[in-house]
Amino acid sequence: MIDETLALYSDVLVYSAMAVYTLAFLAFTVDLSRQGRAVGGARASAADRESRLVPTAASPASAPAPSASTPPVLGESDSLITAGEGGDGLAGDGVGAGGGPRRAAGVAVSLTRLAVAVHAAAVLLRGLSAGRAPWGNMYEFAVTGAAVVGVVFVALLAVTSRRGLDLRYLGTFVVGPVLLTLGLAVSVLYTESARLVPALDSYWLVIHVSVAFVSSALFTIAFSASVLQLVQGRREAAVAAGRPPRRGAFMAALPPSRELDRAAYRLIAVSFPLWTFTLVAGAIWAEVAWGRYWGWDPKEVWTFIIWVVYAAYLHARSTRGWEGNRAAYLAIAGYACVLVNFGGVNVLVPGLHSYAGIG
Amino acid sequence: MADLDTRPREDAGDVRQPHLGPLGLARFAWRQLTSMRTALFLLLLLAVAAVPGSVLPQRDADPAAAARFLDENPGTGPWLDRLGLLDVYASPWFSAIYLLLFVSLVGCVLPRTRAHLAALRSRPPRTPRRLERMPEHRQDEVDGDVDQVLTAARRVLRSRRFRLRDDGDAVSAERGYLRETGNLAFHLALVGLLVAVATGGLLGYRGQVVVPVGEGFANSLSRYDTFDPGTWFDPVDLPPFRFTLDSLSVSFEESAGGNQFGQPRDFEAQVTLVRAPGDASEQVTLKVNEPISAGGAHIYLAGNGYAPVITVRDGNGDVAYSGPSVFLAQDNAYTSTGVVKVTGARPEQIGLRGTFLPTASANPEGFPVSVFPDARDPVLLLQAYTGDLGLDDGVPESVFSLDLEGLTEVTGDGGRPWLTALRPGQTAQMPDGAGSVTFERVERFAGLTVRSDPTKGAALVFAVLAMLGLVASLFVPRRRVWVRAVAGPAPGRTLVQVAGLARGEDAGLAREVEQVAAALSAPLAAGADVSTGGREH
Ligand code: HEM
Repeated sequence: MIDETLALYSDVLVYSAMAVYTLAFLAFTVDLSRQGRAVGGARASAADRESRLVPTAASPASAPAPSASTPPVLGESDSLITAGEGGDGLAGDGVGAGGGPRRAAGVAVSLTRLAVAVHAAAVLLRGLSAGRAPWGNMYEFAVTGAAVVGVVFVALLAVTSRRGLDLRYLGTFVVGPVLLTLGLAVSVLYTESARLVPALDSYWLVIHVSVAFVSSALFTIAFSASVLQLVQGRREAAVAAGRPPRRGAFMAALPPSRELDRAAYRLIAVSFPLWTFTLVAGAIWAEVAWGRYWGWDPKEVWTFIIWVVYAAYLHARSTRGWEGNRAAYLAIAGYACVLVNFGGVNVLVPGLHSYAGIG
Repeated sequence: MADLDTRPREDAGDVRQPHLGPLGLARFAWRQLTSMRTALFLLLLLAVAAVPGSVLPQRDADPAAAARFLDENPGTGPWLDRLGLLDVYASPWFSAIYLLLFVSLVGCVLPRTRAHLAALRSRPPRTPRRLERMPEHRQDEVDGDVDQVLTAARRVLRSRRFRLRDDGDAVSAERGYLRETGNLAFHLALVGLLVAVATGGLLGYRGQVVVPVGEGFANSLSRYDTFDPGTWFDPVDLPPFRFTLDSLSVSFEESAGGNQFGQPRDFEAQVTLVRAPGDASEQVTLKVNEPISAGGAHIYLAGNGYAPVITVRDGNGDVAYSGPSVFLAQDNAYTSTGVVKVTGARPEQIGLRGTFLPTASANPEGFPVSVFPDARDPVLLLQAYTGDLGLDDGVPESVFSLDLEGLTEVTGDGGRPWLTALRPGQTAQMPDGAGSVTFERVERFAGLTVRSDPTKGAALVFAVLAMLGLVASLFVPRRRVWVRAVAGPAPGRTLVQVAGLARGEDAGLAREVEQVAAALSAPLAAGADVSTGGREH
C-alpha cells in the first residue's frame, strides 16, 4: 500500500530543496549586507535619518513624490501600500539602496522559488506514496509546514511586488527558519512513510491541519517582522540619540520600525481568523472522533493559548500605551507558543494528540 | 479620530480620582474593569493560567495519571492539588479569570452596542474645519462652480457606498459600519459560546462502557463502567437504545519499519442496533471517526483490547466461572493486564491476576513480553489467590484490580508463587487441589463512549457567528471622507479639498481619497489628465 519508490524520491527532493534553500539564504544574506553597507554609507550622519522616511534617491523613480509639507499624521492610517507608493525609503523594483540593481536579491528570490518548487514536489510525493494528506506524523508536519511557509512567502513576494512593495528584506529571516526546520526534520524527526493511525484517518485532518499550516506560516513571517521591528526600533532610538550603531549595518537596508510593525500586524490580522478557524475545526473534529468538542487536552490547551495571546496582541495594538514595541513582544510571545505547540506538546506531553511517531 | 470610535475611551479621567463616595468608587472600579487595559491584562492572565494544566496531569482528562502523580510526589503533590493545579480548568482561580474577562467584555460591549446603534441611525458627523490636518488629504482646482462640485461629490461618494451628510460647503461621508457590527457580533458571540458550553456541561452526560465481542449493551445507568452526568441531567432522559457488538476488526502496520511498525491502522466494529424498544434492528458500522447517533446520544468507538475467555473450576471440581474478562492494554504492543474474580468458587473464593501477551516473545532479560499488537501467538500468564475477595462489604470495587487483603497467594514448589502460562485451549491445575484454569480462546472488546450534549449545535452556531464577525471586524474598512468646495480665484473655477480618516489600520484609505479626488477632477474638467491631477499642494 505504501509506494516506497515515491517515498524515496520524496526524501531525495527534500535534500535537494535544502541545498537550494542554502544557496538562497546565502544570496539573501549577501544582499542584506550589501544593502546595509550602501545605506550605511549614504547616511553617515544622524541627520540623514530623515531620508529613510522621505524618499530620496533610494526610492524608485516610478513613485509619485509625496508632499514634503504633509501635516503631522493624526492616526495610523498610512500603510504598507501607500508606503509602497513612495512614502518610504524602501528600495523597490530591483534598485538598491546605493542606486544600483540588487542582483543578489534577484538571484535569491529565483533560488527561493526553485527551492520551494522542489520542496513542494517532495511533499506531494510523500503524500502520494502513502495515498493520503502528507501530515500524519512529526516529520511530515515539519516538512509540509516548512513548505507552506515557503509557498506563502513566495506568494507574498509576488503579491506585494505587484503593489510596488518590496518584502525581500525578510528573505534571510524566512528562508533561514525553513532551512533549520528541514534540517531538524531529516535529522531528528525522520519517519518512514506509512498509513495513518485510525484517529487521524478523517477528512477533518485535511481541513483542520491545512488551515493550521497556512496560519502558522503567516505567524512565522510576522514573527520575523516583529523581531526586526524591535531591533530596528532600538537602532532608531540610538540614532536619534546621536549614537549611530556600529554593528548591524544591514539593518539600515530594512524599513523603519513603524513599517515593520504594520507588516507584522497585517500578517497577524490575516492569520488570526485562520487560527480561529483551526480552533473551531479542531473542536468539530474532536467531537466526531472522541465525543467531546473540548477537553483541555494539551494540544487543545496550547491552540487556545496561542489564540488568546494573538487576541491580546490585536487588543494591544488599539490600547494606549501598548502599541508598537509592547505589541511586538506579544506577537513574539504568541509565536513562542506556536513553537511550543508544535514541538513541545507533540513530543513531551502525553495526550490524545500524541501522534508524533517518533521516539 | 476618537469620534470615529465607539470603543471605550482610555482617557486620563480614568486616572484622576476626585473625591469618591461609595457610588463613585463603584463607578470607578467598573470603569477600570471594563477598560481595554484590563481586558488585555485578563487575556494574558488567562493564557498564562491555562499553561499548568497542559504540563501537570489533570484529574478531569486522566484521573489515573493524576492519582499516580499524587502517589509519586507525596510532598508537593497534595499542595499542588490544594491549589487546584491538578484540576486547573475547573479551579476557582481559573474560573475567576474567565468570568471576570466576560464581565469586562459585557460591560465593554453593551455601551458600545448602544453607541453603535445610535451611530447607525444618525448621519455622519460634521465636517472638521481644517481638513488638511487629516491623515489623507488632497487639494485641487477644478472647473465648475461650488454646487456642481458638491453634486458630483455626492454622486461619487454614494456610488462608493458611503452614507452622506450635506454640510454647507462640504459633504461628509462615512462607510463601513459593518466593521463595528462585526466586532460587536464577535464579542457577543463569545458570550453566547460560553453560555452554550456551560449549559451543555450541565444538561449532558458522558458514559463509558467496555463491551466484549458477542455481548450486548442496553442503555441504562447501571450498565456503565463510568458515568459523568451534568448537574441538571435527569436519568429518564437516557435514550432507550440497545445494541450487540457483533464483531470488531482491527489491523496493525506490518510493512513499514521503524517506529511505524505495529501502529494501529483500522478499527471497525459491526453493531446490531435497536434504537428504541419495538424498533426494527439495524446493522451499523462504528469506526473511530464515525460515531453512531441514537436518540440524541452518540456512540463512539474509543478503544479496544483483548478479553481472554477463561473457565475456572473450583476446589470441588465445579465450573465456578466461564466468560470473557476485559484486559486493558498497557503499551503499544497491547501487553494487557486484568483480573478475574470468581466469587462463586467453593470452598474459597478465587482471584486471578494475569497478563495477556497477544504476540508473546521473551525480551533479552528473559521476561515474557508482547512484540506485536495483533493476536499472532497469544499467551496468558496467571497468578492465583484464594480467600475472601471482599466484594460482599458493599464497597465499590474496581473490576481491574484485586484487593489483596483477605487473600492468600497460591504457591507452588518450595513456596514460590504459582505462575502459569497458557495458550488458547490449555488448562492448568492449581496446586493443592485448589482447582483449575482453562484459557479457552481470546475475544476482542470495544471501549465505547456514549455522550449527549444538547447544546453543541448552539455552540457551533455561536462559533461560526464569532468567525464571521471577526472577519468583518478585521477586514471591512471604516472610513470617513469629506469633500469641501470653495469658489476658486478665477471665475468658474472651484477649489476642492478631499480628506479621509480611517479607524485602525487601513491600507486602502489613501487610494480611496485619491480616487474620489480624481473622480471629482475628471468629469468637470473635461479632458483633464486624471492621473496627474490632484497632486498640487
Ligand atoms: C474573551 C475575551 C476577548 C477576546 C477573545 C477578544 C478578542 C478580540 C479580537 C480578536 C479583536 C480584534 C478584532 C479587531 O481588531 O477588529 C478584538 C477587538 C476589540 N476588543 Fe476584544 N476580546 C475580548 C474581550 C474584550 C473586552 C473585555 C473588551 C473591552 C474592554 C474588548 C474590547 C475590544 C475592542 C474595543 C476592540 C476593537 C479594537 C479595534 O477596533 O481596534 N474586548 N477583541
